[in-house]
This record gives sequence, structure tokens and C-alpha cells, in this order.
Amino acid sequence: MPALPRDIAVVAFAQSDHVADSHEVSEAEMVMPVLHDVLDRTGLKARDIGFTCSGSSDYLAGRAFSFTMALDAVGAWPPISESHVETDGAWALYEAWVALLTGEADTALVYAYGKSSPGDLRAVLTRQLDPYYLAPLWPDSVALAALQAQALLDAGLTCEDELAAVATRSRAAAADNPHAPLRGPRPQGDHVVAPLRRGDCAPVGDGAAAVILAAGDRARALCGRPAWIRGIDHRVEAHSLGVRDLTASPSTRLAADRAGAFDRPVDLAELHAPFTSQEIVLRRALRLGDGVTVNPSGGALAANPVMATGLIRIGEAAARIQRGESGRALAHATSGPCLQQNLVAVLEGES
Amino acid sequence: MPEVTPEPTAPPAEPEEALTAPLVVEFPFTRSLGPVRGAFLTGLRERTVLGIKATDGRTVVPPTEYDPDTGAELRDLVEVAPTGTVTTWAWNPSPRRGQPLATPFAWVLVRLDGADTALLHALDVSGPDAVRTGMRVRIRWAAERTGAVTDIACFTPDDGPTPEPAEPAAHSGEFDDPVIGITAPARLDYTYAPGRAQSRYLRALGERRTLGERCPSCRKIYVPPRGACPTCGIATAEQAEVGPRGTVTTFCIVNIKARNLDIEVPYVYAHIALDGAGLPLHARIGGIPYDQVRMGLRVEPVWRDGSRYPDHYRPTGEPDADYDSYKELI
Repeated sequence: MPALPRDIAVVAFAQSDHVADSHEVSEAEMVMPVLHDVLDRTGLKARDIGFTCSGSSDYLAGRAFSFTMALDAVGAWPPISESHVETDGAWALYEAWVALLTGEADTALVYAYGKSSPGDLRAVLTRQLDPYYLAPLWPDSVALAALQAQALLDAGLTCEDELAAVATRSRAAAADNPHAPLRGPRPQGDHVVAPLRRGDCAPVGDGAAAVILAAGDRARALCGRPAWIRGIDHRVEAHSLGVRDLTASPSTRLAADRAGAFDRPVDLAELHAPFTSQEIVLRRALRLGDGVTVNPSGGALAANPVMATGLIRIGEAAARIQRGESGRALAHATSGPCLQQNLVAVLEGES
Repeated sequence: MPEVTPEPTAPPAEPEEALTAPLVVEFPFTRSLGPVRGAFLTGLRERTVLGIKATDGRTVVPPTEYDPDTGAELRDLVEVAPTGTVTTWAWNPSPRRGQPLATPFAWVLVRLDGADTALLHALDVSGPDAVRTGMRVRIRWAAERTGAVTDIACFTPDDGPTPEPAEPAAHSGEFDDPVIGITAPARLDYTYAPGRAQSRYLRALGERRTLGERCPSCRKIYVPPRGACPTCGIATAEQAEVGPRGTVTTFCIVNIKARNLDIEVPYVYAHIALDGAGLPLHARIGGIPYDQVRMGLRVEPVWRDGSRYPDHYRPTGEPDADYDSYKELI
């Protein structure tokens, strides 16, 4: 990646508790405490923010322009500089990062939320698929991930014991994560769609997360140890599932390369793998060795507020840098079937 | 507009259950196909499977309009076999609505003979023990075919010999009565939950009261409330009853009859600032000829028996409100 025109850092991160069903609150009621929390961490007020960008999906809510309702929680009047992406909030963070790189703003508020509980996520996500060849068959998200898992098993790249170990390690790590619904190991359970068992699948939940970005000295003033974004890139696989080698993730590899992930080793990685088998694919694509701490938060397998899960990976990695627990961390976010699109960010603390 | 300062009403003594309601969203999309997808889906109707030659010589099935690697436009169609090999599979013990088979089945990616890429579909077998990667399968055609991917009912195991690899033959892609579009109906079922503030509002409306919520910072009263002051970005927690009377702040005359709406046109749809409210809500105006509705008109809600919201608003007979009294609410 060419030299960046400005240094941009994550200076604050906040998230809600992630729950299976949040029907008692609206999107705005769910998002607002998280926005207040993240602003409080910097002392900034909403009117101090130069650019605001959010990520969510109308298909989860079942209502058009649902994100405009959540905007009520921001305090968007007089009109603020604002944008929205219809995908995971990690891509909203990418847009905000670009906005800050241009110099148009010095601070950005990025938030993401998902309420999957109103609908049936496995059915909802079929609507993002090719409308001619795939969507009429209603292949659900677990089924497609299971095809990928079987391809990994057939290729000898993993085994069911290894998948179970990923599940156990993730939920054991989440014992220290007060926001996660799945804290502590649990049985793998029955097959949902074989070879994937209940334990191989992320819980589906409702929740929100927010991050504040700031540039240069503004970041240093707002945070004792900013998590500097050394690079971000996102890439996509070929459109057709049957064209891809599902055992590999060349888009993750390329995004990581372009983000500078391979320039020097990272000590920590937060990976957005909603299925245990996808962590296997990502570890290989990112060339993560045994010395790298993977998903100390528990990852998506412990808490999965869809549309916020990827942004949380960046927030969790940044929070560990801010606390001095990591010097150089990688954060990954994904969207679409079988790791269709992938974003990689590299974050560093200053020594 | 009369000066009315609504008294706050106490929050409910015990938190009430937030309301929920079923919500069905249907997408009756009509999609045009273009030359490549159109040829493929027409071919399925005729029990013919077409692929397309990619820039690197691969045969892509199902065919794409653009090269998966380079994005170059593709146009050379070829015909491949209705038999092929499973490249990966997954056992689905609990079929879901809309999926190809109603009984437990295997999802499969199948590389048809002559193709270099795989097609997703269902495989009809008795159980997971009857499936393996590398097994030979054959298309089972649907009895009724319309030019859709569901013209393939599913795959079934095939005991025929594996054919020698051969270059697939070119195909013009031309058929009689080509399919140029598909309708792709889709239905998603939701349970809509409006949250705390709107639940309070809807419950009060059921009792023919209009309950707004006040911003603790700017003191504005929002109707309907959504739990947040969008100006200040903070929670509105204090309830305040507004109305029932209000003032027309602006309006339009509707001349087009809406589907499923049994109201004679023309009629007036208006923004109405209920007395005490910090912003207008919108409703139909009745009880007055459409061409006599005006800004400043004082109105009140008309309720129908059994209805949980006002059917429309009608004139109260009061003198019109002064423009200055509502100009900030337009």
C-alpha cells in the first residue's frame, strides 16, 4: 500500500450486549446507548464529529430505509455529514477512513447494528444471492457454509475435531467478554447442515457497536494510545460459487497483502468467521502462525450481531492495542456466502 | 393555535410488554435475462444445459455474461451433459420453505460433464451415507418447465459410465419462443417490534389518546415518538398527551386512487400539528369539500368503532389558527 496522506486511528470502541431477541427496543433505542458510550470515551459530542457513517441492512428489519430511524439516535440535526452502507459496519469504517484521508474531516463516528430477531436470518440471507441461479433454490447460509466445510474436509485441510476445537477455544475466550451471549465451551450438538454442527455456527443475535476514528494529533489528544490504521483493503471473490475454490480465500489474501499485513508479523488477529470452518480458511489465507492470538474476544462464534460483527472485529483489535495488550493487530470482516467479500485492516500502537 | 402546555403523564407504573405484530414482506421481482442467462434458462426448459467459454478456455456452467476473472464479455455458448460429478456436498436434514425438495436431501455442487465449474442444486438420496464427493449424478427434470433454474427438479445418483473428457460442442443459444424474463417471487416473514416508545404510543392510541414524548434537552414533544430526539440524540422518556385537536399546517390534494384503498378521490392529505406537539403528523381530512381545506384549518380526529387509530380528521368549526402560531411546524 502506498504511503498514506494522513495517519488515522481508532480512538474509541463501544458495543452493546448482544442478545438473541431485542424485541423490547427499537433500532434507535438499541443504538443510542452505544453511541453515548463511545462518545463519552473521547469526551466528544455528536456535533464535534466531522463525518458519520453506519452499516446495517433493511432486509434484517424487513423495512425499507430502516437506517434512517436509527439515525434518530445520532442527533443528526442541523444536518450532519453522513453516509450509510447496506452491509457490515466494517465497510462503513472503510468509507469513514477514506473520508478522513481526504482531509475533509478530522473525526468520524462509525456505527453498525443488526436486529436479526424479527426475521429468519437463514431465509433472509438467501436474498443476497444470485437472483437467477441461486435465490430461487433458497440455499440458506448454513447450507452454503456446509458445502465449503465439506470441501475443506475432502481436501484434508481440516477435520471435525479441529472444527470442534475452534468452537471450544472461541467460547472459552468469550468467558471474559461480558457482551457475548455464548460464554464458555458448550457441546458441539447435532448437525444443522452436515458437516456443520450447532457448535460450528455463530449464534444469531441483535446488537450494536460504534467506533470513533480521528486523524493525527487529534487522535493523540483523544486517546492515550491510539490504534493507528496502517492499511485497509477489501476484495471480492468471483460471483458464482461454483467458479470458486471454496477451500481458499484469495480475496482475503489479496486484501491482507494490500493492507500491509505481511510486511511484519502481527501478534493478534480478530477474524470474522461465522462458522468454525471459515476460520480454517482465513488462517491459511492470512498465513497466521501459532504465535498469533486469534479472537481473544471469542469472535463471531461467541457474539454475532449480524451487520455489526465485522466492525466489532476492528473495535476489539483496536481496544487491545489501546490497552497495551497488542502492538500490531489484524482485523478481518466478511460479507456474503462462503467468505464472498473480505476486508482486512492492520492496526498498530505507537511504542 | 391555542396555547396549550401539556401536562406530563406519569410513566406506566409497571413496564408493559413491547408490542409485536406479524409482518410479511413479499418481493414479486420481474427480472430480464439478457442473451446469456436467457439462453441458459430457455435451454433448461428444452432439457438442454448450456455453458459459456471463458477467456481462459474454461467452460462456465451456469454461464455468466462476464468472465469470472477478467470481466470480459462472454458470448460463445456450448452444450454440456445432463450428467456430472459432485464436487462438494452438505446434508440438509430439515428442508426449509422454497428449497428444491421437501424431504431431507443433500445440497451439491455438480460439475456437469463438459463443464469446468460447478452448479448448485439438490441431490435426492435417502441419507448422508448415500452421498460422497466424486459420485456421479444426473439431472432429474421437472415435469412442468418454464425457463427457470427450478426446471432442474434436482439431481439423482447415476450408475452410467463416466464419459471421456471431451470438448463441448458449440451451441447457438437460439430456441423457439425464448425466455426473456423471469418472475422471482419471494416471501420473508418477520415479527415487527416497534420498541418501547412506539408501543406506549400505540397502546394510548388504542384508548383514543395521542401520547407524545418530550426531549429533556430541547423540550420538543415528538408525535409519534420513536424514543429519541433526532435533534439532540438523546432519549425521550417523559410522556405527554397532545391534541386531540390540531391545525393543518400544509396539505395536498390526492387525485389518484390508491390500490386497496376505498377512498373517493379527490381527497386531502394533510400535515396536522396536534395542540402541544412539536412536529406535525399526517392524516386525511374529511367532513369538508376538498377545495375548502386550507392552512390553519382547525381539525379533530374521527374514530370508527373498533379502530385503534383515527380514520380521518374533520373541521372543529373553530376560527382558523394564525399563521405565526404554526409556521415553525410547517
